[in-house]
Amino acid sequence: MTDAEISVPGRILPVVDRDSEAFWTWGRKGRLAIHRCQECAYYIHPPVPFCPKCESRDVAPEAVSGRGNVVTFTVNHKQWVAGLPERYVLALVAIEEQDDVHIPCNIVGCDAQDVIFDMPVEVFFEPQEDLWIPLFRPRARP
Amino acid sequence: MDTALSTEGKAMSRFAEKDTAITGVGMSEVSRGATKSALALTVDAALQAMADAGLERSDIDGIATWPGDRADGSGFSAVGCAALQDAMRLEVNWYAGGGEAPGQYGAVFNAIGAIAAGLCRNVLIFRTMYEATARKTAYANSLLRAGERQAGPFSWYAPYYTYAAALQQALYFNLYVHKSGISPEQIGQIAVNQRRNAALNPNAIYKTPITIDEYLASPIIATPLHLYDCDVPIDGAAAIIVSRMDVARNLRNPPVRIEAIGSSMRYRNSWTQLEALDTQAQPKVAEMMWGRTDLKPGDVDIAQLYDGFSFHTINWLENFGFCERYGAKDFIEGGKRIALEGELPVNTGGGALSGGRLHAYGAVHEACTQLWGRAGQRQVKGEPQVCATSTSGGPLAGAMLLVRD
Repeated sequence: MTDAEISVPGRILPVVDRDSEAFWTWGRKGRLAIHRCQECAYYIHPPVPFCPKCESRDVAPEAVSGRGNVVTFTVNHKQWVAGLPERYVLALVAIEEQDDVHIPCNIVGCDAQDVIFDMPVEVFFEPQEDLWIPLFRPRARP
Repeated sequence: MDTALSTEGKAMSRFAEKDTAITGVGMSEVSRGATKSALALTVDAALQAMADAGLERSDIDGIATWPGDRADGSGFSAVGCAALQDAMRLEVNWYAGGGEAPGQYGAVFNAIGAIAAGLCRNVLIFRTMYEATARKTAYANSLLRAGERQAGPFSWYAPYYTYAAALQQALYFNLYVHKSGISPEQIGQIAVNQRRNAALNPNAIYKTPITIDEYLASPIIATPLHLYDCDVPIDGAAAIIVSRMDVARNLRNPPVRIEAIGSSMRYRNSWTQLEALDTQAQPKVAEMMWGRTDLKPGDVDIAQLYDGFSFHTINWLENFGFCERYGAKDFIEGGKRIALEGELPVNTGGGALSGGRLHAYGAVHEACTQLWGRAGQRQVKGEPQVCATSTSGGPLAGAMLLVRD
């Protein structure tokens, strides 16, 4: 096979349930949905219909700003499957609203070697089948 | 740590692990491609452990394993309790195999509870890996499978090309490097030390010594992990016998007492949301273990620390309290302290990095081999009596303190 005949493999998609549906689909309107306690305002992720801070069951998805910072990251160097680029960045991003909410993601829109700890990033979405996958790219430091 | 539980337990001698001991160990041939089935390897290890303890099949009244039978073709856990029980026609009062436990030592902790409950006297505990063969045929130990949607805790990582544990765990290790300032030359001491030990272990997979320069020149898998930081998939099985103490005292070997265990989940059990990503679940588990014994880190003679990746070993050195937080870089500098002749010999048989990935049960086997003085050329001098051993990273962690009676 030539390189041209090997396409980049698609993203493996998650199984979506009632709790995670907003997270994986609100990207259709450009919004990042994180569950939030309607009584004490604590963000809860992964989404669970219970607030571990105040024990409220009144929890619902809300759109957050989509801004965050890189908590940690790794630069991949190994080609795990045919067609996959060797260099890509896997990261955990903390949302601006609450730093204990970590979103796994790829950082794109810059060279892998330019990703640094605490880098300011912003969300955008890539449509895949019935889902909108959150990805993050650099944003100007505020 | 539950301080009240710790105090009550010490006052009333209610820590059930202190009434149990390891009485025999066994290990099959370990290879990068077996000529026997996974079940045959498991029977080899089980028979060896029973013979070592001086027990017959009819003496075994419990079986435990972790994570139990996973018929998924990955070789991660190719044999469960039922298959071994039927193969050997064991007649037991109790058995348990399952993955939701404090790492690989969950099987041991379950056995301690079963013995304390009066369910059994001699528990056969085993761990079988068949990953070398699995990789040659169909399955690359990938966390993801093309065309299948991913459920469960790793679903959050699924869309991001998180094909292997190395990539996921590198997130923790890169943060650790950032916070601790450890250098690649210091990290490499773990791999170099274990290869040096493996050269003295006839059963190890890789026996040719490596230098720091060779470590540094080895391919990067995902920053900061080099190839030599990763354990070696193998085919093989290890087995241990855990016995009630009064039974243990009448068997062939001096009992290796289970002095204390750490099994807690007093943190977020999540691969994405751990509070302390760089130290993972280990600190609270280690703290619990020390809360169940009067022994201190300074009393430990040898350490068999989890090494799925070398960074787990570095993490455990700190979390067990052998050095300060972020002090492992100085502790392992030059490799002398952790060498066989050092103040704390670590992973004395080569560990999973060079000995082969028996997934923490190779570590228990090596602990007992050293405590019984049978380690041949790699035997630690001075008759070691106390071994600290540990499993796993991420939100999984389990710890044990083993003491030769």
